[in-house]
Amino acid sequence: MSVLLDHLPELWQGLIVTIQLTAASFAGAAVLGAVVCALRVSPVRVLRAIGTAYVEAFQNLPLLVLLVLAFFGLPEIGIQAGILTTAIVVIAVYEAAYVGEALRSGVNAVSKGQGEAARAIGLTFGQSLRYVILPQALRTVVQPLGNIFIATTMNTALAAAVGVVDLTAAANRVNLAEAQPIPIFVGAGAAYALIAALAGFVTGRLERRLVILR
Amino acid sequence: MSVLFDEPGPKAVRRIRVATVLGTLAVVALAVLAVRQFAANGQLDAARWQPYATWPMWRYLLNGLWSTFLAAVVSAVLAMAFGLLLALGRLSPRAWVRGPSAAYVEVVRTIPALLLVYVVLFALPRYGLDLPLFWKLVVPLTVSNAAAYAEIFRAGINSVERGQMEAGLAIGLTRLRAMLLVVLPQAARRVLPSLVSQSVGLLKDTSLGFVVSYGELLYSGKVLAAYNGLLIQTYLVVALIYLVVNMSLSKLARVLEARQPVTLRRRTAGA
Repeated sequence: MSVLLDHLPELWQGLIVTIQLTAASFAGAAVLGAVVCALRVSPVRVLRAIGTAYVEAFQNLPLLVLLVLAFFGLPEIGIQAGILTTAIVVIAVYEAAYVGEALRSGVNAVSKGQGEAARAIGLTFGQSLRYVILPQALRTVVQPLGNIFIATTMNTALAAAVGVVDLTAAANRVNLAEAQPIPIFVGAGAAYALIAALAGFVTGRLERRLVILR
Repeated sequence: MSVLFDEPGPKAVRRIRVATVLGTLAVVALAVLAVRQFAANGQLDAARWQPYATWPMWRYLLNGLWSTFLAAVVSAVLAMAFGLLLALGRLSPRAWVRGPSAAYVEVVRTIPALLLVYVVLFALPRYGLDLPLFWKLVVPLTVSNAAAYAEIFRAGINSVERGQMEAGLAIGLTRLRAMLLVVLPQAARRVLPSLVSQSVGLLKDTSLGFVVSYGELLYSGKVLAAYNGLLIQTYLVVALIYLVVNMSLSKLARVLEARQPVTLRRRTAGA
């Protein structure tokens, strides 16, 4: 146990990096995912095709391949940013495909009559989206988005494999120095479980408050 | 048609046309930008791509793909078997079986696979358990995916009507036999699409072989890139192979999904 306390600064720093990675890339994924969803439900065929291609590509490529490509491939064509920024962008781009699909399933879950009623009373496309469709769609996807948030937390660990010193990498370093795997890895695992439990608690509360029973 | 729009009128048709042109232009601009970036850094030289028109390079990568398949299949089979046991455990009437199964699933679902890989790589050898390379990748993947498969099986079993189990009990089967002979065969067919898409996720996870130094596709790419110095080309080819394989599997999942009767599709959608 004392090994955890001795190395608290490193582990704490790792936890901060993990939280930064998770928060920043999930925020990015939410914005980008909304765009992807908008493309996929738009009436324009070319835009739908772009959205579909995006989702297909990023749901079928392993995140680690994307990270390796961004960290070791892109510098070869003169594209390079700080390692934390690169990791955040890559994870956001990857998770955006999943967020986009979750949002789209929410839009599809809104019954057809709602859209028709909105248009019948003369709302424009933007208005019916803003006042009728989205408020209902977002409420049905609280749980799926919470699951994506938890998956994002787990996925940020992959950044450790390309050199970002997050919680997983910090735990590994401390273990290599101290050779006391049990307290260190159990501690790191507990930290991840805690983040996930917190996310689950928040989405559970949100869902109970927002859900519409149909 | 989606809930969002009706058949377009004349004005909407014009707007759609404008959006089509703009969308196409954006894609073309992005492609041009990418090609210029490649060209400006000399990465478009024929000499830098030519190796990937030769068989030995592909043979090396396809060997890696074979190892990827091997790891994915072994770990999928083990994880599915273990996951099924966990699902049955979670639905058991006995609390001492239910509790541990539920705890396993809930805890493992929130631990990153890479952390499990590090445990197998660096923690177990300290306790005298140094697994062969193949199992250093397969064991953590099995441990983490078993929880995911367990949840899929549980959703499938719960989607089978209660009457099926009751009918089984009524004709004198024990709970276990009714589960195995009546409920499970129906549940398994319903969750087949979800099992396939989870297996795509597992195949993606085998790229952790990069960390383990097990010679699967991504690690083969790393070795090859270190040998021929063609970083971006190699990793792009590797990405392309993953894309083709996983898209085919995802397509299979969609076909299986489409073959399910509509009423069943709705009931297991939550899996």
